[in-house]
Amino acid sequence: MIEFSELEEIIVLIQKQYGYDFSGYSRASFLRRINRFMEISDMKTVVHLKNGLVNDPDNFNVFVNEIVVNVSEFFRDPDFFKSLVDNVFPYLASYPKINIWSAGCSFGEETYSLAILLKEMDLMGKSRIYATDISANALDKSKKGIFPNKDFKEYSNNYFSCGGKKSLNQYFVSDGHKSIINSELKKDILFSRHNLVTDGVFKECQLILCRNVLIYFNEELQNKVLELFYDSLPVHGFLALGNKETLRFSSVHDKFKIIDSKEKIYQKIK
Amino acid sequence: MRMIVIGGSAGSFDLILSILKGLDREMNTPIVIILHRLKNTKTILEDYLQRQSHYVVKEAEDKEFVKAGHIYTAPSDYHLLLDENLRFSLDASEEVNYSRPSIDVSFESFSFALKENCCGILLSGANQDGAIGLKMIAENGGETIVQDANEAEFATMPEAAMAIYKEHTVCALNNIIKKMNSYAK
Repeated sequence: MIEFSELEEIIVLIQKQYGYDFSGYSRASFLRRINRFMEISDMKTVVHLKNGLVNDPDNFNVFVNEIVVNVSEFFRDPDFFKSLVDNVFPYLASYPKINIWSAGCSFGEETYSLAILLKEMDLMGKSRIYATDISANALDKSKKGIFPNKDFKEYSNNYFSCGGKKSLNQYFVSDGHKSIINSELKKDILFSRHNLVTDGVFKECQLILCRNVLIYFNEELQNKVLELFYDSLPVHGFLALGNKETLRFSSVHDKFKIIDSKEKIYQKIK
Repeated sequence: MRMIVIGGSAGSFDLILSILKGLDREMNTPIVIILHRLKNTKTILEDYLQRQSHYVVKEAEDKEFVKAGHIYTAPSDYHLLLDENLRFSLDASEEVNYSRPSIDVSFESFSFALKENCCGILLSGANQDGAIGLKMIAENGGETIVQDANEAEFATMPEAAMAIYKEHTVCALNNIIKKMNSYAK
């Protein structure tokens, strides 16, 4: 295990060798992820960690995948998705084309949840979802769209709680252990690599979802990313954050109005 | 700044109410409560605790600075971490010991941030969450207290902590309260 005092040299080393900038990550969270990585990689000290990172680029990819949290579930926070359907979709329906950015898409759970709801509201035909993540591994898994069956009981409960109209199973092909999302739901989703820390505006989108990503950043980086989202939205575009994330302390907070204060849905007004 | 962090699971809610009632009125050492809670349910935990306490009771918010005179609860479905500069950070990663918030995750993070300025208390519970984290608090020079397993409604959690580290102070509830009051002085 390493301690707070050892983080800075790791951040500098990674920046120099690989060009990844973790300086804006929440220190507490970064320390936890590094210690987790060291535990599963059987590294005992900061010297092992530094050697492992410097001498083995493949190992660095494993490191990035472990640092970036890729934990999600279908329809996580059902009340959020219900609010999205009730308060945002009717507005989006008035557009001829709908671009949606799912930023930090993990293994695709949220992106496909969105696609399912768009389909049920007859909006999928004119929608395009841009799903991005910093982790190549996460994008690969997202594209494949394969999920273990053991979690589906909970997913199904979530689906009905947020107003799902049919049955979740019909969107998947399952064997005894895993379920694969129907290819029909994939065809309007474009998965690509995007780093919120260093990359700029991705595409003008009427709706941006970025949930449970900002909590891993410090306040300064949170603000920078929120400015990026502001720049990526047209006036009247929507921004959805995680339940415990807020625009309140950012420089763009007065340029949005609150659509749902509990579910953290905002609309750009100027 | 010194802080007290309390972990509890099944059988801990009433204990925490009793603890808050028993604290000296002039005490203002920040207290953090990590209690296993159900997700996607609306609870009014903070309201209940507030009625028993002279502290301000609130859910910890992401990047919020710890303040004296406050009791913070870990939000449901997130791990609660602490930064070196004493700001909270939330984390939505894997459950640990089938729990999110996990007591182990918070104890570990608080022990890194606070070192000897941390007092960890582990109460009743039906799983082993908290044992490894409490040991880390002790090894980083902090104080550690485990509820007497004979008194706990569910003994698994206190017993798990003692099984991996014998040096924790074992206390019945009334002595836990006394220890907290003297820790704050």
